[in-house]
Amino acid sequence: MRHRILSKDSLAGFLEELRAEYTVFAPRQDTKVPSKTVWKELQQDEVPDFRFVNTDMSPKHFMFPQSECMLRYEDPAAPVLAPVEHDSRKRLLLNVRPCDARALAFMDTVFCQDQRTNDAYWQEKRNRTVMVGLACNNPCPTCFCHQANSGPHDETGLDLLLVDLGNRLLAKPLTEAGKSMAAGLPDAEEEDILRGKELMQRAHEAMPPVIATDNLEHRTLLELYNLPYWKRVCETCINCGTCTFVCPTCHCFDIQDETTPDGGKGRRVRNWDFCMAPLFTLHTSGHNPRGEKAARVRQRFMHKYKYIPMRQPAEVGCVGCGRCVRLCPVNIDIRDVINAMNQG
Amino acid sequence: MLNPYLPYPVRIAEVRTETEDKTLRTYALDFLHERDAAAFAYRPGQFAELSVAGAGEVPIGIASSPTEGTRLLFTVFRAGTVTSRLHQMREGDLMGVRGPLGNGFPLQSHEGKNILIVAGGYAVTTLRSVMVWLQHPQNRSRFGEVDFVYGARTPGMLLYRDEMNAWSQTAGVRCHITVDREAPGWTGLTGFVPAVVEQLAPDPHNAIALVCGPPAMIRFTQPVLDARGWQGDQIFLSLENRMKCGIGICGRCNVGHQYVCKDGPVFSKAELDLLPAEY
Repeated sequence: MRHRILSKDSLAGFLEELRAEYTVFAPRQDTKVPSKTVWKELQQDEVPDFRFVNTDMSPKHFMFPQSECMLRYEDPAAPVLAPVEHDSRKRLLLNVRPCDARALAFMDTVFCQDQRTNDAYWQEKRNRTVMVGLACNNPCPTCFCHQANSGPHDETGLDLLLVDLGNRLLAKPLTEAGKSMAAGLPDAEEEDILRGKELMQRAHEAMPPVIATDNLEHRTLLELYNLPYWKRVCETCINCGTCTFVCPTCHCFDIQDETTPDGGKGRRVRNWDFCMAPLFTLHTSGHNPRGEKAARVRQRFMHKYKYIPMRQPAEVGCVGCGRCVRLCPVNIDIRDVINAMNQG
Repeated sequence: MLNPYLPYPVRIAEVRTETEDKTLRTYALDFLHERDAAAFAYRPGQFAELSVAGAGEVPIGIASSPTEGTRLLFTVFRAGTVTSRLHQMREGDLMGVRGPLGNGFPLQSHEGKNILIVAGGYAVTTLRSVMVWLQHPQNRSRFGEVDFVYGARTPGMLLYRDEMNAWSQTAGVRCHITVDREAPGWTGLTGFVPAVVEQLAPDPHNAIALVCGPPAMIRFTQPVLDARGWQGDQIFLSLENRMKCGIGICGRCNVGHQYVCKDGPVFSKAELDLLPAEY
């Protein structure tokens, strides 16, 4: 598909056209905590931000909300659960970083494994969402996407990729939806395309190799599982779960029933949950297969870098977005953990 | 679009208290809609999420056999929030069933073999499904001898007692029922399950073993089978990890790279030997 050019001066008009079809969301500076960038609905006349590093929370909540009503019952005399009505509005996520789009493509393989068990809630939101990416020209020091199946200009999962050339944006349509969004834009010049490639090259060069994974495939599951290293890394972990909540590929959840105080109506809700929580695996009998903190800390890293690759060859449960590195309150760095796993 | 979280509505047709301490009850459930009954095609060893609106869901092994028709049986131990609510429910009440879930016992791929079944406590529920399935005329002739070893603490804690008497009458099926120690009126075997298995001295030649029970029972039965030459790929165990979604997404029941809900709950001993013992 042909590359197009979108001048930042004509952005307002471009967005106006998109708004006719979609509700548009984009990363914006948080009004309460100015140092934070958060996902917000982009209001009319609001200018998208092109200089943000990345949002603290990934856009996974657009498909997998932190708390979501799945089923409900209205009549206590016939308490049979019924599905909730889906929202039908089409949505556009603007300026999604490539690591996050790659993460959502990975999550598709988790939530939609086969026809019989496709997660209806994930799938319906995914089906009505298009994504316009913003390539990273200046990766931050915690990023390692180029070593985690993604990259600063990765196109996976996106409908359209924007590359910031300064006062112009290079627009690369990747799907039919992206092609239709960019249809009214002028073609890019050869020098714009070359400039885009140059920026991608420069972004890659700015990211030194920080993790080694060459031994992980050959090491057996039990060999990695039994590393003495796990006792060390768990000493600092406080099992707060921050890493899992900010992670764009963490997808564990709990399902709970909630009833109105009078017992009249009820609903079944799913909430984000995390493998660091001691109750996560606790049996009713009191037995807990992962009762020790070290076992729970190990689970997160083993899941991402051993268990997932064993189920889905060439895949890892991490896109190198660096959020867990940046936001861990006790400075546990997943890159150190991966290297330790790799070294043994 | 199919919604894998939506339970089939069912009506409680019958509630039977199984044990003298009343902690175990068997629920017979009828589907409200015929189309749901047809969609719920299951195999022995699979489980379902029993759903009580307002309390939640609980994964329970299916105790009935598909050869018994569309009525489902679940034997439920009163333990947590959902099972306690379930124990308050009566015949005629509505609830939900989601499933069938999991892999079930690999019986079809072991036709022609002798079958050893070892059960302890209320883990016998899914093995009831196997026993009934194996005794169906269509299936009985496709398998060899069946030895069913089952133990409970006391005679009053034995499940399906009447049915087991009938099973003993089936040609090629032998039941070895034991209770931990002598009890008034009990004339059957006494002693723990592993000791009964040892006495039985099951021959591993052309045979498979299905083992379900508390960890201690499994731990002490294993060496008995090992000593007689049973191999890891001849022994199948059913795990009971905590689960929620039941379809391999929510991440709760992981044992290594396997999901107990989707890849299990039945695993061969050989498979489990390659996994961490997080169960």
